[in-house]
Amino acid sequence: MTGSVQSAMALPAAGIPTLHATGIQQAAWLLLALPLAGAAILLLGGKRTNSWGHLVGVAMPVLSFIYGAMAFGQMLSYPAAERSREIVVYQFINVDRFQVPLGLQLDQLSICFVLLITGVGSLIHIFAVGYMSHDPERRRFFGYMNLFLAAMLLLVLGSNYLALYAGWEGVGLASYLLIGFWQYRPAAAVAAKKAFIANRVGDVGLSLGIMLMFAQFGTVTFTGVFSAVPSASHGVVTAIGLLLLLGACGKSAQVPLQSWLLDAMEGPTPVSALIHAATMVTAGVYLIVRSAPIFNLSADARIAVAIVGAVTLLFGAIIGCAKDDIKKALAGSTMSQIGYMMLAAGLGPAGYVFAIAHLLAHGFFKAGLFLGAGSVKHEMNEEVDMRRFGGLARVMPITWVTFGIGYLAIIGVPPFSGFFTKDPIIDAAFAKGGTSGALLGTAALIGAGITAFYMTRVMIMTFSGERRWEEGAHPHEAPPVMTSPMIVLAIGSAAAGGFLILANRLLNFLGPVTGVPPTLHGIWTKSGVGALILLVAGVALAWVMYGRREVPVTAPVGSPVTVAARKDLYGDAINEGLLMRPGQWLTRLSVFFDNRGIDGLVNTLAAATGGSSGRLRRVQSGFVRSYALSMLVGAVLLVGALLLVRL
Amino acid sequence: MVSPAHFIALSVILFVIGTVGVLVRRNAIVVFMSVELMLNAANLAFVTFARMHNALDGQVIAFFVMVVAAAEVVVGLAILTSIFRARRSASVDDANLMKY
Repeated sequence: MTGSVQSAMALPAAGIPTLHATGIQQAAWLLLALPLAGAAILLLGGKRTNSWGHLVGVAMPVLSFIYGAMAFGQMLSYPAAERSREIVVYQFINVDRFQVPLGLQLDQLSICFVLLITGVGSLIHIFAVGYMSHDPERRRFFGYMNLFLAAMLLLVLGSNYLALYAGWEGVGLASYLLIGFWQYRPAAAVAAKKAFIANRVGDVGLSLGIMLMFAQFGTVTFTGVFSAVPSASHGVVTAIGLLLLLGACGKSAQVPLQSWLLDAMEGPTPVSALIHAATMVTAGVYLIVRSAPIFNLSADARIAVAIVGAVTLLFGAIIGCAKDDIKKALAGSTMSQIGYMMLAAGLGPAGYVFAIAHLLAHGFFKAGLFLGAGSVKHEMNEEVDMRRFGGLARVMPITWVTFGIGYLAIIGVPPFSGFFTKDPIIDAAFAKGGTSGALLGTAALIGAGITAFYMTRVMIMTFSGERRWEEGAHPHEAPPVMTSPMIVLAIGSAAAGGFLILANRLLNFLGPVTGVPPTLHGIWTKSGVGALILLVAGVALAWVMYGRREVPVTAPVGSPVTVAARKDLYGDAINEGLLMRPGQWLTRLSVFFDNRGIDGLVNTLAAATGGSSGRLRRVQSGFVRSYALSMLVGAVLLVGALLLVRL
Repeated sequence: MVSPAHFIALSVILFVIGTVGVLVRRNAIVVFMSVELMLNAANLAFVTFARMHNALDGQVIAFFVMVVAAAEVVVGLAILTSIFRARRSASVDDANLMKY
């Protein structure tokens, strides 16, 4: 414990003063307001906006991105220690000692997310214009997407945990609406509900964490909490850390709250690309990195984060190997890659920067991969079974090349993004030392090999080999409105990792917020070489299994591992057995007790009162003489009693 | 010699006659008369005890009872007349609408 405190003291993270924004940054609320206005126009405007609604829907994120880029430019003109700027939009809660300003914080970390969200978001909006062109509800789709952007920007810009929580819930709502966008399909409606409920479980953790902060420190602002946290007891800090981790697990689909992400693929593909790959699901990583001053003080909370990350990265990768649905294979991969980020975040200052670097690079290549998958799905009459693809490279060359670049990036072939951003994570895990470091590093290393295997499998089954198409499929290249975002994302996939990691660009930029790793390694490390060897092995294995052999149209039975992975490693079964069934029994028991016990008591009492009063009212016969007799009897009894007492 | 006990005995007899009359007779006028009998039995008791104790309280109360009884008869007979007009009957058992 003392060791961790000392190492935390060496970090500048909590000590950066937040200055008031000046110049163009004063209008930082525009970042949120633009997409929010877009959502309002599209959702409140109704059918009148049908014909031009998508143009508004695209313009708002683009304008937001342009503004974000200008704010970024202004930030670069400040010296490193003065880059954290805040604006207070209004006083959100003003109750005695409970003061929560709705503040927006523009600092190095949030601007990274702003640029990723609005940049990749704009590209995906443009793609969606083409992808959703035949959907009669396209306007509503763009309304929800803009709503998502506004909520996500609030999440990353909020300068206190309450604003973050508001954004957190907002993205959950948008995610729910968009997964269930085709709500007339039962699978989509169920998936939306499942995602919402799984997220609620995580949200309970986050809200409890925020309540605990307020109870302990009397504030929920980042600066307030981070300055108070060193004086808190170790138990409290660990508890807050674990509660935040629970929140992060829900939003980022980490074990044990992972099961919703695979079903979330029921949503339209641009949604999968933006929300369930590039941005929203990385909110958990943002939460951990933003709360660095808390996690720096608790080694227990950090190791929990790292273990969750390591387990999920293997979990997701194994699921990705067995799925025949191209989107679900990519969803498994998303879980796995976010597992890498969580693992890195769990390493403390040694990994925060690499988590964010991988997050940014992942935003590019995973969005690109999903858009490629969407493009394929669009042209194959909504078919997603990769066993029905094959040989698409010839007919969809642009999709093939852009998807291929994303593929090379995710498996980590030098000099593409993943090579630069994934290897530092593996290396940092080994550098942690001890048994835990070795285990985490090995998990990350094996994950890299499995990643190479399942991504090669996706690549081969979709684009190479024989054409196993359904009859009536006439795929051809997507229109430019869809391919151009894919091309831009492919460029990003290729270059982002190198740009961020080489010359320590991201490290120097983010250092004041997240702290700097104690030791830096070069580009070529032992673990990096190991990862490359495993990569080659994974690609070769996939080539032997799917490239040289013919891919059967119906899936073979497969090994027990394959069967388990097809069923999401029994994630749903575990939830059902551990939570759903006992929960159902509990509700049945409560209902029984309520009906028989509580209601029974109340009903019996009411029936007894009703029955007896029904009999008693017969006394009111209406005959005056019987009343007179009663009075006489009463009077006689009274007099008799008095006499008796007297005597 | 007529002792107070005789007066009290008479009072009791009158009261019992009145009570039985109220309970067994159906005609409202007879019921009224029986009530008057009971009131007068009470008056007799009051006056007797007043004489026994050489106090005026009982006498005064007897006057009050008479006044109240007169007022009661006025109201009662008025009600009775209107019931008779409405229902063509003076039986107290026929006026039994106020019941469960």
